[in-house]
Amino acid sequence: MSAVAGKFDELQKLGVEVMSISVDSTFVHKIWDEEELSKMTKDGIPWPMVADGSGAIGKVYGVYDENSGVNIRGRFIIDPDGVVQAMEVMTPPVGRKISETIRQVHAFQHVRKMKGTEACPAGWEPGKPTLKPGPDLVGKVWKVWKSDE
Amino acid sequence: MSEPEVGCARPTGAVVGQSPPKGGDQSKSTEKTTEETMVQVRVGGKAPDFQAPAYFKGKFTNVKLSDYLGKWVLVCFYPGDFTFV
Repeated sequence: MSAVAGKFDELQKLGVEVMSISVDSTFVHKIWDEEELSKMTKDGIPWPMVADGSGAIGKVYGVYDENSGVNIRGRFIIDPDGVVQAMEVMTPPVGRKISETIRQVHAFQHVRKMKGTEACPAGWEPGKPTLKPGPDLVGKVWKVWKSDE
Repeated sequence: MSEPEVGCARPTGAVVGQSPPKGGDQSKSTEKTTEETMVQVRVGGKAPDFQAPAYFKGKFTNVKLSDYLGKWVLVCFYPGDFTFV
């Protein structure tokens, strides 16, 4: 969470609101924020820390693990129409990379702005060329795009 | 983030921007009905709506996902406070 908090200003500049959710109570969220997170980030967690005690929200998002009774790691990017554009679900021992989330936000915002006339190819970053899907591009992607990985 | 009291976190049973389906009123419906009418997440589909208690900058409050319509939202689930990753 502190890694996301470190990029919160960048997310806000992109017009992204954040919320974090675990099965911990709001009381526990408060103490975690005060005792630990506020020492790892400038002013603590700047977004609502949601309490999902029964895992009811986690269940409809497919991240609640019955065996351990917790929500595993799940990250969802939701657009202004309320549509889920991306999700990433991971088992607990591996953390997320927030820069990848931000890259995806840039890409989804770009294709939204272009109203489907452009697509962001694999590895796309802001400033890099996009693809313009259409009859002329069929079989010609190799001419306009090359993997840099 | 307005109402001061909320019982516990609960999905509304509908997607954001829609009223819960018929019979989805959880105070009246049985748990089975609730589960049957519950919307599941999928990419390209509307996000399942929910309301829940939250801690936000020193205060206890409520959040409802559909209040965020018109904005980009990043929702992050994680296993637990005070864990290490």
